[in-house]
Amino acid sequence: MSSFRSSRSFGGGVATVATWIGGLLMFAPVAWMVLTSLKTEQQAVSDPPTLFFIPTFAHYVDAFANGFLASAWNSVVAAGVSTIIVILLAVPAAYALAIRPVQKWRDVLFFFISTKMMPVAAGIVPLYLIAKDLDLLNTRLVLVILYVSMNLPLAIWMTRSFMTEVPPELLEAARLDGASRSREMVTIILPLIRPGLASTALLCFIFAWNEYFLAVNFTTTVATLPIFLQKFLSFGKLYTAQVAAVATLVNIPVVAAGWLVQKSLVRGLTFGAVK
Amino acid sequence: MTKKLASRRLFRAALSGGVALSALWALGHGASARAQTTLTVAMAANPQMETAEKLIDAFNAKYPDIKVKFQTLPENELRPTVLKDVATNAGQFDVVMIGSYEVPLWAQKGWVHDLSKDYIPADPGYDVADLTKPIADIVSYKGDLYGLPFYGSSSFTFYRKDLFAKAGLTMPEHPTWDQIASFADKLNDPQHGMSGICLRGVPGWGQNLAALTTVINTFGGSWFDMSWTPQLTSPKTKAAVQFYVDLLRKSGEPDAASDGWQECLQLFSQGKAAMWYDDTVFAGPLIDQAAPDVKNNIGFAFAPVKETKYSGWLWAWGLSIPKTSRHADAAWKFISWVTSKDYIQLAGAKAGWGQVPPGSRNSTYQIPEYQKATAAYSGITQESVNHADPLHPTVGKVPYTGVQYVSIPEFVQIGDFVSQQVAGAISGSLTVDQALDTSQKRVKEIMDDAGYGQ
Repeated sequence: MSSFRSSRSFGGGVATVATWIGGLLMFAPVAWMVLTSLKTEQQAVSDPPTLFFIPTFAHYVDAFANGFLASAWNSVVAAGVSTIIVILLAVPAAYALAIRPVQKWRDVLFFFISTKMMPVAAGIVPLYLIAKDLDLLNTRLVLVILYVSMNLPLAIWMTRSFMTEVPPELLEAARLDGASRSREMVTIILPLIRPGLASTALLCFIFAWNEYFLAVNFTTTVATLPIFLQKFLSFGKLYTAQVAAVATLVNIPVVAAGWLVQKSLVRGLTFGAVK
Repeated sequence: MTKKLASRRLFRAALSGGVALSALWALGHGASARAQTTLTVAMAANPQMETAEKLIDAFNAKYPDIKVKFQTLPENELRPTVLKDVATNAGQFDVVMIGSYEVPLWAQKGWVHDLSKDYIPADPGYDVADLTKPIADIVSYKGDLYGLPFYGSSSFTFYRKDLFAKAGLTMPEHPTWDQIASFADKLNDPQHGMSGICLRGVPGWGQNLAALTTVINTFGGSWFDMSWTPQLTSPKTKAAVQFYVDLLRKSGEPDAASDGWQECLQLFSQGKAAMWYDDTVFAGPLIDQAAPDVKNNIGFAFAPVKETKYSGWLWAWGLSIPKTSRHADAAWKFISWVTSKDYIQLAGAKAGWGQVPPGSRNSTYQIPEYQKATAAYSGITQESVNHADPLHPTVGKVPYTGVQYVSIPEFVQIGDFVSQQVAGAISGSLTVDQALDTSQKRVKEIMDDAGYGQ
């Protein structure tokens, strides 16, 4: 608590206020969603908006009564398993691109990212037909496969950029001591890039968790949460509060995951920003 | 040594990866391992079908060996999902809920079972004669049922009795559009947040065009003449569109061009609109969800007219069995159960009489509890349904069927294009003449491409 005024602390104060304003602006829609979820349908659509009301949890009860848990399980499996596989594949791939680059590693790197250049919609028909022939439609497995391929390029790029930040001297020292490649990867590199890996995993998890287009096309009754959500967009009745309640529930695991890796996340995202 | 160790590790890693993958495979396929018949039903999200999903235990009690799983999607998602499944022979669905627009088109393509031939003769317990005739007609093709009607509806006028009384106005049972326009003008009070009328303005062949096409029909206009030439710039069609746009711009809800039934339902239930012209099926949920001071003051009148006596639209959700279903017999058991008289009794008793699927069966309107619960609107609904004529929707003769849509595959494309032009006119960025001239040209192109009138 310094009491003297200098241009530096003034600038800091402005930054603090601006950060708070920015933070609140970002948070306002979320707060509004949570608030709406606790209203009745009438209150939710009233104009001017109702600010003081007796909260009701009826919409949450309805969400669970309509099979929220089954869809949540599908989402956890699809997003969780795909993220684990992505990280398991991305680390060795990034190693071969950053630490001991394979021949033409630039081309390889470009190839990975080029798979993201075509919109998914353009490939949906062949993908659908393949999934149909392999009898994979409406399974969690098909979502896992799709989400792995969707997230892998990004994960490889991110992991690679974290690995290039590892000081070469450390690796040289390890090699001098006779460490094998796998040992080098597991005991030297992984601990160093853990924050980066955590943020990569979180991003992959969020992308898979929120994914809608592939899920709606490849599954029917094995529905993930984004599909479950729109079950409540019902023809002929008010549904704002109900949808807000389901959306709040859908958000909780992501917020929790973000909170768990928060520390790593901040370090991971700024990793390599300053040399 | 190190290399050998590394390759052994690599082998072990590959092995465990393989095990993990096969475990995943089992995970994926465990869900579809079945000891009994599992039916997958694709359905539109609506309150009546949600009730059916909740009451599925009663079906299981009757048929313990049939398990029913639902995929519920909003209308706009349901269409492409079901279409893709049927058109690619994927066979994921055993029962599909399709609208009256799709049923005849799909029947023609041979995608769904002819229920009148394949199932109804073998199941004398299913009361076909009791189905409401116009509703049964629109889920049929060449006289055979290809879908069992789950519910059917028409359109009518909702109005606020208290506001009419206060302004000294009386709503006739059969209002004309001119009367509606003059009421809307008198009751419109934007300063106090009150719109004279709420109408669908948002683009979509099932949104603004549904309401607008009934206006075109009763004004004596049409979409096509007998040689399939578009009639969008004909004097009567133009007069109808001009009327609709003027009414909305003068006394309609603010931002009408972006409002569909959802927004109108919100506005009317919150007491922000004096009248609303829309689907009869909204009556029950509206009374349920309206603000307390609105709830007891909702009046109902027939769809407004001009040159015809009735002008309500006609819609039905039908339950059909795709030819690709591997459990078609079990699927019949489900659709005949959920569209039966017994089911309506069950839904009324368990979920409330305001929530039963309306319009599908004549006997529904004979049930004393139903009559009591829906006295304010069920009479008008039933009469509207019975007087809608999808086979002769317009004043003059036309080559097509369907009241608020044209029963041809091209209509989705045509309707979506025209509805965008109309929304442009409602928002004021186009004049009605511009909107209709552009529409006429485009529709003609589409029809020429498709080979009509040649």
